[in-house]
Amino acid sequence: MSIRKADVLVIGAGPAGLSASIEAARLGADVIIVDLNMKPGGQLFKQIHKFFGSSAHHSGSRGIDIGRMLLDEAKDAGVTIWLKSTVIGIFPGKKVSIEREMDDGTSELVTLLPEEIVIATGASENVIRFKNWTTPGVMGAGAAQTMINVNHVRPGKRVVMLGSGNVGLIVSYQLMQAGCDVAALVEAAPKVGGYAVHAAKIRRAGVPILLRHTITEAVIGEDGTVSGAVIAEVDEHFKPIPGTEETIDCDVITLAAGLKPTMDLIKLAGCELTFDGVFGGYIPLHDENMETSVRGVFVAGDSTGVEEANTALDEGRIAGISAAVSLGLISGSDADERRDAIWERLDSLRMGPFGERRKKEKDHLIGLFHEEVKDQRAFA
Amino acid sequence: MSIAECGYLTYDELKECQTLPSDERFERGPVAVIECVQQIPCNPCEAACHFGAIKIGEPITTLPALDAEKCVGCGVCVSRCPGLAIFVVNKTYTKDTATVSFPYEYEPVPKEGEEKTAVNRMGEAVCSGKIVKVADPVSFDHTPVVTIEIPREYADEVRSIERG
Repeated sequence: MSIRKADVLVIGAGPAGLSASIEAARLGADVIIVDLNMKPGGQLFKQIHKFFGSSAHHSGSRGIDIGRMLLDEAKDAGVTIWLKSTVIGIFPGKKVSIEREMDDGTSELVTLLPEEIVIATGASENVIRFKNWTTPGVMGAGAAQTMINVNHVRPGKRVVMLGSGNVGLIVSYQLMQAGCDVAALVEAAPKVGGYAVHAAKIRRAGVPILLRHTITEAVIGEDGTVSGAVIAEVDEHFKPIPGTEETIDCDVITLAAGLKPTMDLIKLAGCELTFDGVFGGYIPLHDENMETSVRGVFVAGDSTGVEEANTALDEGRIAGISAAVSLGLISGSDADERRDAIWERLDSLRMGPFGERRKKEKDHLIGLFHEEVKDQRAFA
Repeated sequence: MSIAECGYLTYDELKECQTLPSDERFERGPVAVIECVQQIPCNPCEAACHFGAIKIGEPITTLPALDAEKCVGCGVCVSRCPGLAIFVVNKTYTKDTATVSFPYEYEPVPKEGEEKTAVNRMGEAVCSGKIVKVADPVSFDHTPVVTIEIPREYADEVRSIERG
């Protein structure tokens, strides 16, 4: 076991964590970023499509290229990156236990003593349960995306996708790019959840989008894996209507039923939480500097509410700058100038019919923080 | 039915949300058709156009507006739109045929001279057509722009080809 000090520990090397580490390191902080995966980048390296957004967010670039660029920037800024490193405990006094897998396959327990902590642990996929949902061949859309885009393995030949949010639409498209067929996309709601342009892409490729439908059963083939999906129409309460069942032949069923923030470490750090339907579940209360109810513990990205990579990048930048303020590396007024510019950008991302609700909710949550927490911030 | 209810644009819906090039402009040669109808935060098409023909401005959720007089139908925006929602339509290719240029990110990429089945926005086969151009320079960043020649009457319908 070893003990090490750092100015800033960033947990999670996705877009939010990487951009937080870059900002803090550029302002002179000694930053360690840890991630339990073998590769950094979070979900970015799975995103082979061109991103929306403004030029300030590298829009038009593919997620995978944005990931590479962030990694280079983090290395140039002097950030220390620990991969295959799992945070297994956060103790009073900001003592953090990390189990680190070394190059020779052994693991080492490190106690890290950071001044500031940024938690950017992202989100995890929701599950929909139906008959035989544990059959091999039923998987999260994110898992299928990892298989095709990171590991270059097709999950099967013919897919039925559940869920028409952007994840369901984009992964359907990418499954076809990888050479699979998508037999149908099934959505319980009466309209497509994600961006119309993503829906239009898969419709042009001949994929039917079956609204007001759900999957009621995975059919098990002779080999014990998925051989079909039973779908059915749903009523206005999203209950399957008996007699409307239909079987679609397929060997893969992918579930894109939304994401929920990954809160384990945020809870462990003692941050005050609130439940928020818009943002996908329990999230930490935080102020406009991304600092939580615990002094010196910052949050950013999907673990503060499920959004997208561009908002994660910008929230990460704010958290990194704020950590540097706590360390005394930049004055509050200089930091405010930078943070205000980022907030302006974030506000513009949270506009339009898809973003407005999130902007309103984020403002409400920051207001809630000021009402309930501000003067009683805890010390870690 | 709107695109959110069926997943594809109807031409009427498109005309309601976007100012399409006039018939008179179509008679003068290739021009971009922007099929972007939802206010999402996105603006790479604006910077992509070397002729200043696409305007978004502020806020970034504003729908792109095409100045069809400035547009020369070069197709650079087709490769740059992250939503793959811009096409170039040339209704003057020959007396009886038009071309439609569309982004195509599937393998195999078609080759010039091949006959392919052209499909509409719903993925339905419309007609057969000949691939007359495949542009895939490095600057298009792996989004080839494929141009297919089809009977002129299908120019507003055809938006891709059958995969494979």
